[in-house]
Amino acid sequence: MIEIKDISKIYKLGLISSKTIQDDIKNIFYSILGKKNPDLEIIETNTRDEKGGDYVWALKDINFKVKKGEVVGIIGKNGAGKSTLLKLLSKVTKPTSGYIKTKGKLASLLEVGTGFHNELSGRENIFLNGAILGMSKSEINSKLDEIIEFSGCKRYIDTPVKRYSSGMHVRLAFAVAAHLDPDVLIVDEVLAVGDAEFQRKAIGKMKEVSAGGGRTVLFVSHNMASIKNLCNRAILLENGMVSFDGTVDKAIELYKSQNNKDLKKDFNFSSKLVNEYIKLDNFKLSPIKGNYISISSGIGFNFLFQNLQKVLNIDITYEISNMEDLVIFHTGHVLEETAKKKTEALQVKAQIPHLNLNAGVYKLKVIFGQNQSKLLLSTDYFLEFEVQNEALGSNSKVLPGVIRPEIKNSIKIIS
Amino acid sequence: MKEIKEEIIKPSSFLFELNLKEIWKYKDLLFLFVRRDFVSVYKQTILGPLWFIIQPIFTTLVFTVVFGQLASIPTDGLPQVLFYMCGITCWNYFAECVTKTSNTFVTNSAIFGKVYFPRLILPLSVILTNLLKFGIQFLLFLAILFYYKYSGSNISPNIYIFTLPLLLFIMATLGLGSGLIISSLTTKYRDFQFLISFGIQLFMYATPIVYPLSLAKEKLGAYSWIATANPMTSIIETMKFAFLGEGVFSWNNLAYSLIFSLVLLFLGVIVFNRVEKTFMDTV
Repeated sequence: MIEIKDISKIYKLGLISSKTIQDDIKNIFYSILGKKNPDLEIIETNTRDEKGGDYVWALKDINFKVKKGEVVGIIGKNGAGKSTLLKLLSKVTKPTSGYIKTKGKLASLLEVGTGFHNELSGRENIFLNGAILGMSKSEINSKLDEIIEFSGCKRYIDTPVKRYSSGMHVRLAFAVAAHLDPDVLIVDEVLAVGDAEFQRKAIGKMKEVSAGGGRTVLFVSHNMASIKNLCNRAILLENGMVSFDGTVDKAIELYKSQNNKDLKKDFNFSSKLVNEYIKLDNFKLSPIKGNYISISSGIGFNFLFQNLQKVLNIDITYEISNMEDLVIFHTGHVLEETAKKKTEALQVKAQIPHLNLNAGVYKLKVIFGQNQSKLLLSTDYFLEFEVQNEALGSNSKVLPGVIRPEIKNSIKIIS
Repeated sequence: MKEIKEEIIKPSSFLFELNLKEIWKYKDLLFLFVRRDFVSVYKQTILGPLWFIIQPIFTTLVFTVVFGQLASIPTDGLPQVLFYMCGITCWNYFAECVTKTSNTFVTNSAIFGKVYFPRLILPLSVILTNLLKFGIQFLLFLAILFYYKYSGSNISPNIYIFTLPLLLFIMATLGLGSGLIISSLTTKYRDFQFLISFGIQLFMYATPIVYPLSLAKEKLGAYSWIATANPMTSIIETMKFAFLGEGVFSWNNLAYSLIFSLVLLFLGVIVFNRVEKTFMDTV
């Protein structure tokens, strides 16, 4: 059980130098006077890309409770405060204000391989690492075979870990941590390394820990698939504050739409969207259904353009490529509406309902022509967008391929 | 059913907070750290643990040549080799304790930043590791002592050799205390790291290792209190008195060193406690 109450944490930005000592003296001075340092009052919220003062709230007024046996995923963009929160929970650093109540033995896996000594053998490191994580010698002894087995590094176990591959390093370290038997397990991004087999093993182990023993797990990851797979509740952090706390699906949806909001910033307005014939304006890209573009959401475009020369028979071509510059399609149509009537300003709404682009980042360009023979305006790839992954049945990994069409199998059982 | 303990993590803490129970719980880790540091030193070397004794042997030789032969500093009538080795063995223990504990936070920030365990474990492990090293070097000293004794030198080990555990305790306390204070200061301001590396060398010359205290008293006259104010002085002198039979021994001086070291350790633990809570943010 964990209770987090009004937790805040201030970080100082910039270098520690001779100027810091002035600040320190000021702080001491104010605390002797029993007043608050006025410098600390004007702290802003934590945003990565804006300029501001010297202090930030890495976390601000975080409140939540985790019940025994819950597996809670913590998601958020880089710098949202996830790791800071876990650091506070694992007592690596102290909060600026507020308190955390925990019950039971708590073990944190903030980065596997912590405390491995390169010169010592794998076996010696199991003992050292286990002890650092809070196991006693006899506890480790009783689990030694199991740990070695789980790591899959049996052959190398008496070799110094400096000879290990990085994958083996992680395997061994996770094996130790997985056998900790804590009441509360805190895991931060450890599954990012290691091969597919190991990841499966690791997730399996974590599921076992939470399901079998009724233990609590806090899990931070950017891998939505494993969050979905493991957790039964998710907390979304944004700029050091809890912006959502609830079901996993909803949290992931919010997180993804947060990311898409960011992608729209990648509009490349410097590129040519206007010439003497055409002026392209107000281009918007949106999913046809849902809040973010995913494989099956469909893609819609919505934009305005001005026909500066009142040309007849305008055609519009869309071209989408992936990041490897493979053109996915290049398709255009003549706008019937401009065949006879001289037009000046038009609004276009285009929809591609069943493109089923696979998860990944794509870029778009638009080409205007006259009667599919004369080029009026060809833009650069001026817009990038990301298609989010979707689980296919129980498989939530990103699958290979450029498109992922829906396939209907019709089966007749012969025997 | 296991007893479930509730724990509260909050910002403020007491000034002096020494959780000995928790340290006891992590005793396995303490010994594993000692083992790690002790074993890993001579991994991938040819001479292995021999290095522990090569260092004092060569230092003694150099001191004998430079201070004994060239500078002709008197040694209270004791064989020069023994005189220097006695001082060096003790001094090494103290100096290693100070320098190694003084960078605890900086060198271990990778571990400290990832997991929690009582931070005091690491400086304690340094003290113990060095105690082992001292043990080896002390055996070397004893061997040479026996050699000189049986070849008829004028040395007289006496009952005071039983003060050795007390001397070790004072040195460890002194080393740990000053190491803790320095390590706490270096987390934010690295200046002290530079200070300690040459400071400890200079401090050696302020301690009667290459000269006897009697000589310092004679030459310094009214300023001789400076020599006795150094808490290491009485330890080295007692050591020489106990094992070699010459030196200035006084219970008062020893008591002074003991009290000094305990106060220093107490201050060290306070500072260390204050720093360990948030040092990850400033290191």
